Amino acid sequence: MAKKKKTKSKAVSLQLGKKKETAREKMIGQSIGYRYDVNLLPDYKKMTPFLKKYVEAMGWDDLNWLEDVHMGYEEGRPAVFCRNANGWVTIPSSIKLPDNQQDRDMIARELLVKFQMSPKHPLVDLKKAYLKF
Amino acid sequence: MTAAEANKEIDNLMGQGYGTIVIKNPQGKHSLGVGILNRLNLIFEGSLGYFGMGSCDGPIVRINGRVGWSCAENLMAGKVVIEKNAGSCFGAAIRGGDLICKGSVGARTGIDMKGGTIIIGGDAGAFTGFMMQRGRIIILGDVGINLGDSMYDGTIFVGGEIGSYGSDAVDAELTKSDQDWLKRKLKVAEIGENFDVSKMKKIVAGKKLWNYDNLEPTEKKGAI
Repeated sequence: MAKKKKTKSKAVSLQLGKKKETAREKMIGQSIGYRYDVNLLPDYKKMTPFLKKYVEAMGWDDLNWLEDVHMGYEEGRPAVFCRNANGWVTIPSSIKLPDNQQDRDMIARELLVKFQMSPKHPLVDLKKAYLKF
Repeated sequence: MTAAEANKEIDNLMGQGYGTIVIKNPQGKHSLGVGILNRLNLIFEGSLGYFGMGSCDGPIVRINGRVGWSCAENLMAGKVVIEKNAGSCFGAAIRGGDLICKGSVGARTGIDMKGGTIIIGGDAGAFTGFMMQRGRIIILGDVGINLGDSMYDGTIFVGGEIGSYGSDAVDAELTKSDQDWLKRKLKVAEIGENFDVSKMKKIVAGKKLWNYDNLEPTEKKGAI
């Protein structure tokens, strides 16, 4: 019985953004497939207060483009992909993440919006340097 | 006023701080409303030609008429609502946001889409969801042949009859979570609020087309 439980917890950890590179991925130097379930639909009951305010401020009725944002992983650490910076933004280790993907996805969406509004976002410097109109 | 002049005027008005713009009698001109990268309520009182609302990121748009092919191509975020029918390649390569057509749409809807949601109140043509990589398509009516042909990932929900399945498009189980999301999405889209979503079919990728692991390491290194 104990052996069975161990297998189950390993499977869960793989789903929650803690996946290590497989030997195959190391060999080819590239991740195989997506780093999260791209088809997971958001559970709106799990929306954070920040996201509720953000959606209201944007005049939307739902998460809109944030429905496609999920918590993945980068170099073994939980991370969210920022399409504007075209890279993974790792989640600070000080943030304790819940054990289910829906809650983690909502946190990923909130952190991504905050990162995109932050003066530390790479596009801030790019905008200063290259904005034409 | 040409389409380029109209688009420039939209940009000017946004620069002056206008949050809502109404364009009357667009005369079916092509490429209207393209490249809007900010929040804006935009209303077209009439029909658009091809490439309407292309490459937008953020606006909420209502078109009180029909649209030509490739409407809202490459949409990144926001919401585009079409009150009547749409042409081919509706929502081609969209990345995010909601694209809603209350009428019927032509062939290759959602071709190469990489995110976002396309909602169709009527029927959809052949090759809907062709090569889609992620995102969601909802069709309340019937859909033509080769649905989801060569789709890599993503989900298609169909309320009516399916002409035929494309290569690697397979049925999947419609879950309670899917039904809750569909009900919410249809309500937001102002169509099919009372539609019985429990009878919808769910189509996903069989994932036989992107098994990277079948490649030999040397082939993979050459491809990178």
